[in-house]
Amino acid sequence: MAEAIKQPTTTNTLTAFQRARASTWGRWSTRIIFYALLVAAWQLLFNSGIWQDFILPSPLEVLNSLVTGFQSGLFLQSILASLGRLVLGYAISLGVGLVLGLLIGRVNLLKETVGSLVLGLQSLPSICWLPLAVLWFGLNDRAIIFVVVMGALFSITLGVESGVRDTSPIYLKAARNLGTRGIALYTQVIFPAAFPTILNGLKQGWSFAWRSLMAGELLYNVVSLGNLLQDGRDLLDSAQVVGVMLLIIAIGITIDALIFAPLERLTRSRWGLTG
Amino acid sequence: MFFTSIMSAAPRGERAETKLTPASGIPLKIEGVSKTFNGRAGLVEALQPVDINVAAGEFVCLLGPSGCGKSTLLNIIAGLEPASSGSVYANEAVTRGTGTDRVLLFQEAALFPWLDVQHNVEFGLRQAGVARKKRAEIAQHFIKLVHLQGFERSYVHQLSGGMRQRVAIARTLAINPAVLLMDEPFGALDALTRDRLHAELEEIWSTTGKTILFVTHNVREAVALGDRVLVFAPRPGRIVREFRIDLPRPRALEDHEVVDQTAEIMAVLHEANDAQNVA
Repeated sequence: MAEAIKQPTTTNTLTAFQRARASTWGRWSTRIIFYALLVAAWQLLFNSGIWQDFILPSPLEVLNSLVTGFQSGLFLQSILASLGRLVLGYAISLGVGLVLGLLIGRVNLLKETVGSLVLGLQSLPSICWLPLAVLWFGLNDRAIIFVVVMGALFSITLGVESGVRDTSPIYLKAARNLGTRGIALYTQVIFPAAFPTILNGLKQGWSFAWRSLMAGELLYNVVSLGNLLQDGRDLLDSAQVVGVMLLIIAIGITIDALIFAPLERLTRSRWGLTG
Repeated sequence: MFFTSIMSAAPRGERAETKLTPASGIPLKIEGVSKTFNGRAGLVEALQPVDINVAAGEFVCLLGPSGCGKSTLLNIIAGLEPASSGSVYANEAVTRGTGTDRVLLFQEAALFPWLDVQHNVEFGLRQAGVARKKRAEIAQHFIKLVHLQGFERSYVHQLSGGMRQRVAIARTLAINPAVLLMDEPFGALDALTRDRLHAELEEIWSTTGKTILFVTHNVREAVALGDRVLVFAPRPGRIVREFRIDLPRPRALEDHEVVDQTAEIMAVLHEANDAQNVA
């Protein structure tokens, strides 16, 4: 009666190499060995005494610095402050970017005008906005958040725009034919159809926001992750500098793993996208 | 075969009064409908003015090579494309834009890949504001009708071409249109699946009495399904002949009469094509 379900193409096209890699344990054990060797090499380099302590800390000093930093509460406080700015800046970018991308994607006049402006502004590294932001907002949080928004907004806008523009007309036709009208056309058809592309924009926007935030915080003195790096330099405490760098990497990976990776997996499995 | 089972399975009481009673077909009148557009070489006449009268519950096939304007006509009837001239009357009322009384089925099924089968079938009902629970019931009913029970949670990429068309048919039938506009819906399917879907479509048609306009470039398919076959020719798109097919149903593609009728129509198509090449 009903024909057999098609197998997802991935299972057919996996090579032996990919299958071997797919074994999680194998992958993790290789990684662990690699990092253990890396740390060992670092320790050896430290022991060689070529560089002074404040230039190159030992792995143990870095670990100590992290433990002390968390025990004093300073690290946690800084992380929360930085993440607060990130969330606020990203939320603003998301709200504005969704609307702006949608408008540019649907109205040709706006694509020619605002669209070209957005494309141009995206090529400007967002930290370049800081001097202007300080003039406009003063030396405060708002200036940094502005830089974060400038970092994320255009990527999100362009992602939404290209997703909306590339929505296959056949979905719109089918939806209109099935009685979809007005706002439902956007919420139930255009956005879901564009979601895989929008997600790419959101992800790129997030990584730009994170980079912009760190750049902004380095240049301006507030409780923040960026400032912990600066303090480390000022106090010749390279262990703290390296420790905070590791912390920044860890936060980035965690956000990616908790938010973007699951969203990507979900879209891939639903749409049957591979790769 | 299976539609009878729907009728008996149709729930009693309040639900029976709603969408589950299939709407029977309505007459369609196409009056002087044409389509011209600006091409690179100036004005292109995609479709010369055509007049077609379709009786309520009639199965009409529009047959012709690609570029003969038959799909354009179907899109105009669906209200998805404006006509350059003329009007379409559904049940004697002039149509404006799309309407859920006339629903188009596309060659590429046009299912929504972000929804599973169940929610694809529910889509039109949701637009109509049908309550969640009722939506699910109606969708369930039509999923059964097209033999896809067990696939409610599958996503589009997990389905074969034939299954996708079945979902598209269920999604359309769920909103109970009086007219089905089918644009080569089985064109991309293998012969076996196509035969099966022919039989299922014929069954749905004969039990519901819906009006069906079916576009195809496959002559035998047109002869096997249609009460009438309108033969189109391209450049400019127009109707060159009309055939009434009075063969008994159900018909199979291999029936003698179907083959004979096919040969006759083929001759007309070749003639139109030769005239084209000479000119």
